[in-house]
Amino acid sequence: MTGLRRTEEARAGWAMTGPALAAILVFFVLPAAASLFLSFTDFDIYALADIGNLRFVGLQNYQRLVENPLFWKAMTNTLLFVAIGTPFVVLLSLFAAMLVNSRWLRWRPVWRVALFAPYVTTLVATAVVWRYLLHTRYGLVNYLLSLFGIAPIDWLGSPTASLPAILLFVGWKTFGYNMIIFLAALQTVPRELDEAARIDGAGWLARLRHVTLPAIAPTVLLVSVLTVAAMFQLFAEPYVMTQGGPAQSTVTILYFMYEEGFKWWNLGSGAAVAFLLFLCILAVTLVQLRLAKRGGAI
Amino acid sequence: MDLTRRRVTGALAALPLLPALGACAPRGDAGLTVWAMGNEAASLPDVLKDMKRPAGAPRVTIQPLPWTAAHEKLLTGFAGGSLPVIGQVGNSWIAEMAAIGAIAPVPAAVHGLLDDQFAAVVDTNRIAGQVWGIPWYVDTRLQYYRRDLFARAGYAAPPSDWAEWKRALRKVKATAGNGNYAALLPVNEYEQLTTLALSAGARLLRDDGGRGAFSDPEFKAALAFYKSLFDEGLAPIVSSAQISNVWNEFARGYFSLFLSGPWTIGDLGTRLAPAMQDKWGTAPNPGPAGIGSAAPGGSSLVVFADHRGNRAAWDLIARLLTPDAQLHFNALTGDLPARRSVWARAGLATDPVVAPFATQLDHATALPKVPEWERIVTEMQIVAERMVRGQYGVDEAAREIDVRADRLLEKRRWMLDKGRAL
Repeated sequence: MTGLRRTEEARAGWAMTGPALAAILVFFVLPAAASLFLSFTDFDIYALADIGNLRFVGLQNYQRLVENPLFWKAMTNTLLFVAIGTPFVVLLSLFAAMLVNSRWLRWRPVWRVALFAPYVTTLVATAVVWRYLLHTRYGLVNYLLSLFGIAPIDWLGSPTASLPAILLFVGWKTFGYNMIIFLAALQTVPRELDEAARIDGAGWLARLRHVTLPAIAPTVLLVSVLTVAAMFQLFAEPYVMTQGGPAQSTVTILYFMYEEGFKWWNLGSGAAVAFLLFLCILAVTLVQLRLAKRGGAI
Repeated sequence: MDLTRRRVTGALAALPLLPALGACAPRGDAGLTVWAMGNEAASLPDVLKDMKRPAGAPRVTIQPLPWTAAHEKLLTGFAGGSLPVIGQVGNSWIAEMAAIGAIAPVPAAVHGLLDDQFAAVVDTNRIAGQVWGIPWYVDTRLQYYRRDLFARAGYAAPPSDWAEWKRALRKVKATAGNGNYAALLPVNEYEQLTTLALSAGARLLRDDGGRGAFSDPEFKAALAFYKSLFDEGLAPIVSSAQISNVWNEFARGYFSLFLSGPWTIGDLGTRLAPAMQDKWGTAPNPGPAGIGSAAPGGSSLVVFADHRGNRAAWDLIARLLTPDAQLHFNALTGDLPARRSVWARAGLATDPVVAPFATQLDHATALPKVPEWERIVTEMQIVAERMVRGQYGVDEAAREIDVRADRLLEKRRWMLDKGRAL
C-alpha cells in the first residue's frame, strides 16, 4: 500500500515538475550543450552562407583566445569590475536597506519606491541621463566635484576614469533590487535581540556586527553570488555608455564575446568565450559557497 | 457568465498572445523596402517624393539604420532571412556580402548605370568578374592642410611627392612653434598607413587574397616612410582618443595637416571661426613620385539575393542614379555624387575644396576584396602602432603583419582550395 502510494507520489511529483524541467531542458541544457559544441567548430560568415563550410577545429578557438591580448584585457577589466563592483554594490544596497528599514525614517514607502525606481527604469534611458551627468563640461558630477576644488574629470573619455564611471552607473542602477532582498531579511531579524543588545550597552556598530549581520548572513551570501554573476555578465552598460572605449578600457568579457560573435561573426570563438565565462562564474560561486559554509552562513 | 476575478486574471494573462493573431492577417502588397543609413536614410523620402515613377510602381518604404549598427544588422538580417529588397551597403562591405551570397549581382541590363562613374569605385564592387552593387555616392580620404601655415613655411600647398612633401613638413614643423607638429596621423587609425601603402603601389594581399603581402618592398617602403614621420617628430605619437577635438587642434596649429574624408568639409565649415575659413584647403595625397593613391569609399545600392529578379527594384535604383536625383541627393546630404557628369552640374568640379576629391578618386585604388580585410587592417595597425612606439623595426613589423594576416586568412585559403571562395 505504502509502496503504491510512493510511486503515485513520485509520479505526481514528476508530473508537476515536468513542465519546469522541460523548459530548463529546452531553454537551458540544450542551448548550453549546443554552444559547447559550437565552441569546437569554426562557425563564421562562410558557414553562415553554407553549413558545408563548417569545420571541427577541436580546441583551436580556446588556444587562439589564450593568445589574444584583447581577451586578457577583457578578462582583466571584468575581474576589476567584479572585485571592485561586488563589495560596492553589496555595501550600497545593505546601507540603503538599513536606511529604509530604520524606525526613525519618515515616509518609508516613498523612500523605498524612490530607491527601487532606478532598477525598473529602462537602461538606455538612464544611460542617456548619466551621460549628461558625467559630461566633462556640463555634467552635474563634475560640478559637484568642482565645489570641492577638484578639476573636471573626463569620465567617459579617459581610460582610467571610464571604469569607475561605469561602476557608479551600474551601482546606482542595480542596488535597488538587492536592497529589497536585504530589506526582507532585515525585517526577520528579531527586534528583541537588538533591544537586548542595546540594553547590554552595545553600540550601533557592535549590534550591526553581532546581531544584524549574523542574522542576515545567508542573504549577504545570496546577494553577493547574484552580484558576482551580474558583474561577470556586464554588457549593456559599457555598450550604451562607451562602446568598450576609450582605448578598450571598458571592454568586458561579455562585450568581447558580443564583438567576436556578432561584429565579426566568429560564432565558434564567441561560444568559446561564453564557455570560459561560464567556468569563471561557476568557480567563483563555488569558492563563495565554500567560504560561506566554513563561516556557518548556510 | 460571471466576471469572476479568476476569469479576468485569465483573460489578462492571455493578452500577450494577441500579437500572434497578427499572423492571420493577409500579407500586405509586395512593396519595396529599402534599408538605408544615417543621413542618407533621412534624405531619401525627399528624393523619392520628387521622383517620377511609372504608374502602379510598388510603394517604397524606407527603414533607417544607424551607421554604428548597420553592418551587424545586415549580417543578422541575412542570418535570419529578413533582409529587405534594396539596401545601402558601404562599399567596403560588398566583398563580405557577396561572399556569403547575401546580394545579387547587377544584371547586364542595368550595367549602363556604371558608365560615367569613377573607375576605382566601380572596381571595388567588381568581384569574381561580376559587379555586386551600383555606387550611389562616393568618398575617399585626402589631406586637409592649413594654407597659412604652409605659406609661412614657403609652400602654397603640400607637394605631391614624398621626398618633397616631407621636406615641406620639416619646414612647417620648424615654424610651428614649440610643442606643435606638422601632421596628425593617429596611431590607432589604419586609414593613414593604408593610404601610404596604396600610394606606394602595395598589393597588400597575394595568392588571390589567400596570404598577406606585407613583406613586399612597396609595403615596406610605405611602412618605413610612416615610421620616419614619427621618428623625425613630424607627427605626434597620439591616438585619436587623445585628440578630443580635431578641429580645435587644427585651428590652434597643433598640427597643420591631417587626412580625412569629404564629411570634414562641413565640420570645418561649422566648427571653425569665420576668420579661419580661408586658412584651410584640401589637396590630393602625396606618393613616392607624384600624386599618390587612396582607398575609394562611399556606399552602393544593392538588391539582396532573395529578390534578384525584382525588376521594380532595379528600376528604382536606376531612378535614384539619374543625374536629377543625384543632384537633389547631393543638395540634401552633401554626399559626393557617384556620377561624374553631376559633379559639373552641381558646381563641385570648380569648388576649390571639393575638386581635389575628384582628382583623388581618379588616382584611387580598390582595397583587397576579401571579407577578412577589416580584421586584417585592424591587426596591421596594432603592429604599426607598436612599431612606432619602438617595439619593432620595419622588417620585423612587416613580417609580424604577414603572420597575423595569414592566420586570419586561414579559412579563406581552405575555401579557395575547395573552390568555394568568390
